[in-house]
Amino acid sequence: MKELTYPFDGMDILRRRKKLRRALISDGTVRIKKKIAVLGGSTTEHIVSALELFLLNSGIEPVFYQSEYNRFYEDAVFGSPELDSFQPDIIFIHTTSRNLKYLPDKPDITAEEVQQLIDEQFSVFRTVWEKLKERFSCPIIQNNFELPLFRQTGNYDCWGLSGQSAFINRMNLLFAEYAVSDPGFFINDINYLSAAIGLEKWHDPEAWYMYKYAMSTSVIPDLAYSAAAIIKALYGRNKKVIDLDLDNTLWGGVIGDDGVEGIELGPETSVGMSFCEFQRFLKKYKDYGVLLAVCSKNDEGNALLGLRHPDSVLSPEDFVSIKANWESKDKNISESADELGLLTDGFVFIDDNPAECSIAEAQLPQISAVNLRSVDQVMYELSRSGFFEVTSVSGDDTRRTEMYAANARRAAQQKSFSSYEDYLLSLEMKASVTDFQPLQLARITQLTNKSNQFNLTTRRYTENEIEEISRDDSRIRLCGRLADKFGDNGIVSVIIGRISENNTLEIELWLMSCRVLKRDMEFAMLDELVRICREKGISRIIGRYIKSPKNHMVAGLYGSFGFTLISASENGDSVWELNVSQHKNKNHVIKVN
Amino acid sequence: MNRSDVQKRLNSIFCDIFDDESIKISDSTSAADIEDWDSLEHINLIAAVEEEFGMKFRMKEVSGMKNVGEMLDIICERGSK
Repeated sequence: MKELTYPFDGMDILRRRKKLRRALISDGTVRIKKKIAVLGGSTTEHIVSALELFLLNSGIEPVFYQSEYNRFYEDAVFGSPELDSFQPDIIFIHTTSRNLKYLPDKPDITAEEVQQLIDEQFSVFRTVWEKLKERFSCPIIQNNFELPLFRQTGNYDCWGLSGQSAFINRMNLLFAEYAVSDPGFFINDINYLSAAIGLEKWHDPEAWYMYKYAMSTSVIPDLAYSAAAIIKALYGRNKKVIDLDLDNTLWGGVIGDDGVEGIELGPETSVGMSFCEFQRFLKKYKDYGVLLAVCSKNDEGNALLGLRHPDSVLSPEDFVSIKANWESKDKNISESADELGLLTDGFVFIDDNPAECSIAEAQLPQISAVNLRSVDQVMYELSRSGFFEVTSVSGDDTRRTEMYAANARRAAQQKSFSSYEDYLLSLEMKASVTDFQPLQLARITQLTNKSNQFNLTTRRYTENEIEEISRDDSRIRLCGRLADKFGDNGIVSVIIGRISENNTLEIELWLMSCRVLKRDMEFAMLDELVRICREKGISRIIGRYIKSPKNHMVAGLYGSFGFTLISASENGDSVWELNVSQHKNKNHVIKVN
Repeated sequence: MNRSDVQKRLNSIFCDIFDDESIKISDSTSAADIEDWDSLEHINLIAAVEEEFGMKFRMKEVSGMKNVGEMLDIICERGSK
């Protein structure tokens, strides 16, 4: 829903909340249910009502628990039966500078005294987090602190020992350090948000006196959107690709008319500088694992000339797909998606022509189109969009573009072989299939949340849950990594199974990255799974296919593995069984371990 | 400001807030007449009216207005758009 994607009209969202909610609930989308506990230092009802809309719009159906007003500390530290039985999937601690109880209160305070106040204040929050972690192994999202609007001492407030802003800045630093040390802890940066919106607009003391709202009602949608971005990133709802127009989007001018020497790119002109800055901005996304693509009405030769311009920050090698032709843009976006093995709902399309944006969005409603009116406007919209919210960084993120480039070289090689098996053998594939290793947990979690197509059960896990599973003796875990002569694909497949009575293994999760489809990696995983089952005396493997809107590709997978169908329900789900003793190894092209 | 124009615009705010196109407000309409008029929706209503008419209610008014008629009076007196 466009109304619920940044840039949105927050006041309009509040005014039409019930209508928007009704429309979302009745739109037929299949959503994952998540339990979210909101522990507040101020009133949270309004925040929850906005958070609900944004999550529903991202494919998540939230159920909420809310602490009583300003009972975040008591709920966390002493517990409450309601919260215990709620068993949250996510905890959001909505506190603000209104909840700072140890602010310096005398002008002649000493450095030691301030340090003591800082320590005491921080320990209040650290106790909250540690106690919550003892009882719930789920991600915690915590607001940091906004700066005050009022200050008696002017600029001194930001550096004087007795300064409130100075104290808040130090607290924010401590929160950030804690977040770095704990992979299950995330900061909702209301310090940035309130500054971006403006403290004059953010603060509304009357809303505090009347309703115990810690900020103006009008900015509640902004706060909720920011928290929702973290939640949806944790459940793999981020976008994956930025698909870019070229003329007047990556450089100024039209290369077909102006020639490569005529386009504006580089430090000589203001327009040229703006496009250089935009390209640098985009390149950073690529560094974090976002894929870049080109979708331009141009001759391919001209497009490449522009990207090889001496002042171009981005080069053709930075893009995983370059579509420069005269076909419609929606067609090109769909083709890029197919070639990359991705779905179009992971695409953000950027074009300076509003007509191209609206046509592409009309044909492919699941994409997000951003109309570039100026470079700075797009950089800000992307900054606030939550499209690419980062919750962790894995080694595979930084190498992602490289992996897709290797795929293109494989595709070229395939053409020179008459039989597919010969082609597979020529790749000289090597896989390692092992139990989860500690350093792999972040990437495994990421895969469980991102994989949609080759995913038998589409179960999503948090890093805390994966960590627990990795220590559970009743589980069999497999993590598969695939490399070949063109490069290392990194971790591409994950299996989690639970050993139940009667020597049976129930497969809870089986997924594979679409990057390595048709490489027989699924056979390598199956063979290894069967080998371990035999070692452990397990005689039967039960596999389930749970139908989702996106995983049709694997509906018959267990059948093709030689499993027998036990039952199939009307909704498309099915249950399969394999007698371990009858399995013969199926992988002949990948060397394992 | 023309009171009946203000009433029309206010009526459309009520329809949006309570997601009910059939609402017809009058001077005597109060929270007792609209089932969903709880504290959350009251705050939404106040925010929407302030935005629509370019004005701010005083704190006493937010909790003190007894019915739509009183709200209309305040808007007519202080509304700027």
